[in-house]
Amino acid sequence: MKLLTLNFLTCAIKTCKTSPASFPLHPRDCELEVVESESVNLPFLKNILPRLMWDELRVIADELGLPALPSTPPTRDDLVEPSSSSTTTISHAQNAGNAAEGQQQAEEKPSQTARDLHRVLLETCIKEGKLVCGNCGHEYKVMEGVANFLLPGHLV
Amino acid sequence: MAESDTQGADYEEQHVHSVYEQIASHFSSTRYKPWPIVERFLQELPDGSVGADVGCGNGKYLAVNRNIFIVGSDRYALYQILSTNLIKIAKQHQPHAAIVADSLSLPHPAHSFDFAISIAVIHHLSTPARRVEAVKAVLDLLRPPSAEGSRDGGKALIYVWALEQKDSRRGWDEGHEQDVMVPWVMKGKKEKGSKKGKGQEERDQVVEEGAVKQAEDKTFLRYYHLYKKGELERDIEEAGGEVVQAGYEKDNWWAVAVLKRTN
Repeated sequence: MKLLTLNFLTCAIKTCKTSPASFPLHPRDCELEVVESESVNLPFLKNILPRLMWDELRVIADELGLPALPSTPPTRDDLVEPSSSSTTTISHAQNAGNAAEGQQQAEEKPSQTARDLHRVLLETCIKEGKLVCGNCGHEYKVMEGVANFLLPGHLV
Repeated sequence: MAESDTQGADYEEQHVHSVYEQIASHFSSTRYKPWPIVERFLQELPDGSVGADVGCGNGKYLAVNRNIFIVGSDRYALYQILSTNLIKIAKQHQPHAAIVADSLSLPHPAHSFDFAISIAVIHHLSTPARRVEAVKAVLDLLRPPSAEGSRDGGKALIYVWALEQKDSRRGWDEGHEQDVMVPWVMKGKKEKGSKKGKGQEERDQVVEEGAVKQAEDKTFLRYYHLYKKGELERDIEEAGGEVVQAGYEKDNWWAVAVLKRTN
């Protein structure tokens, strides 16, 4: 399970959802694996950026023993290799409209920051372990990369 | 849970979940083609949209648009079977994610998604209250609109099987009983138990009702509530949603809904 998923998960128990302590779920006893993907999807990273709960992701990275994430989230510009964007901007300065924009994006190269973010959010996966609710303490098992949120009958 | 609710859940466990567990790989092999309206809904989302596919089955919709992020979920009662069944297929698509969850107890923060899809799921719930609750669970995932009357919030696409399908081979139509048991026949299975080679699996044929039964055939019955015209829209309204578009496609009713803003 990609770490990005944790950005969109909380406890399945209804009464927990209103409690701030239920987000994020805390990984415990986790075995990680890196699943390499073909390439960095820069437009995807740029667009997902405003959705990231950065402070919570820092907590998760810390709890998993991963290298610390920067204290502030990167900006969209931080994700683009400076040399790649400046040349394309100049070469397309005369053009107007979406075609130029599309071409410019296509020629942009991901920066080291983008590659690092891609690595931690999309390539770093929890293979086995548990996700624990900080509010009620319920543990959800992760097995073979799939987290199981089915609740026992008395908790539904 | 109230007693009637417990009964509903138990009924669905027996007549929906445990059936899918047994027919999963066959069912999945017949469900690979995305439906056009669902495909278009997903393709038209802005890049970077985040959402859920509640009841993702084999995950066929996860592959439609790689510039959005979908958390697919489905439920199966036996965890050991899960990891080799539908969810495993679902998690192979990039960059999406798949989890095991119940559609009435979804583990997502409320009002956080740009979109949600619920394709052929709600008709498996066995009481009117549970169907409305399931629609509400989908709508509650959505970002609310910024102002009253505004439709800039998250959007949900919901699909259910229609009662009106007189041209289908099942032939149901207006006036027919809406709560039905639908057979799924697995034909020609000669070995028992879970261990079997891939070749065997490919030779097995899936034939739905109308087939001539042989000794080895096994028929599974799944529960469905067939929706009649206007019923899906009513469930959505009752669940606190506003229908922005609705229609009928190939034996199914569908609707796109947003969360109604209540100031």
